[in-house]
Amino acid sequence: MKPEGYSRRQTELGGWAVTIETYKLGDVYHCTIANVDPGARFARGDGPTKDVAESAAIEKATRYLAQTRKFPV
Amino acid sequence: MPATMPNVLVTTEWVAEHATDAGVRIVEVDVDTTAFDQGHVPGAAGWNWTTELCDTLVRDIVPANKLESLLGKSGIDNHTSIVLYGDNNNWFACWAFWQLKIYGHDDVRIMDGGRKKWLAETRDLSTDKPAFPEKSYKTKAPDLSLRAFLPDAQQAMKSHGASLVDVRSPQEFTGEILAPPGLPETCQRGGHIPGAKSIPWGKNCNDDGTFKGYEDLKALYAAQGVTGEKPVIAYCRIGERSSLTWFALKYLLGFDNVRNYDGSWTEWGNLVGAPVEK
Repeated sequence: MKPEGYSRRQTELGGWAVTIETYKLGDVYHCTIANVDPGARFARGDGPTKDVAESAAIEKATRYLAQTRKFPV
Repeated sequence: MPATMPNVLVTTEWVAEHATDAGVRIVEVDVDTTAFDQGHVPGAAGWNWTTELCDTLVRDIVPANKLESLLGKSGIDNHTSIVLYGDNNNWFACWAFWQLKIYGHDDVRIMDGGRKKWLAETRDLSTDKPAFPEKSYKTKAPDLSLRAFLPDAQQAMKSHGASLVDVRSPQEFTGEILAPPGLPETCQRGGHIPGAKSIPWGKNCNDDGTFKGYEDLKALYAAQGVTGEKPVIAYCRIGERSSLTWFALKYLLGFDNVRNYDGSWTEWGNLVGAPVEK
């Protein structure tokens, strides 16, 4: 199968730069979110539409990012 | 010593043409262990780094007998050409490469650009769970010259006999954060090993996920005094990002003496009394 509707964009969630990557394979949209630095995938979502898949991934990503603490340097 | 060893990299085009050739096995290894199920290179095996590429009882690399079983089940024997790829520009593909080299597999390669490039090129994906005819595999005695342990890192810090390369993000290096954003904290202290150079892993790669060329890599490391004239120890948090840097230094730049310190910051940053620099 060929992935359809592949998209990759950079945005900010909770003050952190992230990359959102989405594509459709068969009947399912897959979305994964990675931090830009260092570039680790840490949240994903699947769904019947792009919006559903991305919303699920963004909800998880926002929750996980809120737990990242910053320390004075 | 050759300047480069490009035969360890294959292109996405090559994989598209040869993925199901006899004697070739494509294997996906991802940070996100569910990524394989979201579509993978047709005919590829999928390995889970959290269960299959480590000792799940003791913190250690995969035991020899467990690796032999995994390779056998993946239809791989000692003569198979293994081509690894994965997400995050091949972090865990390089982790698997490093372990396969420790156990002496001759022909291991990385698909340059990894899953990112394959997807961006909208190449075919499969959701099949492939089964392979089982083969017999025998590992060689582990080559521990590729691996650094805590005493090696401590000695390098004290004697400066080896260059310590911290490949984490600048925010992790300074201790501003204890883990990559969105991931659980796994250390008690932030910062870096005193004397380490900060050369984030991503600087090895182009935007499309492929590795930079020899001259760019040489300039990147030379700018930090890492020339290959003395041994290098690379580290990160758990050793997977640093395995990518280890790969670049050893196989793309041709440095003789490079070791991956897989204990990395989850060991050093939790060690009572270990000196930390910020």
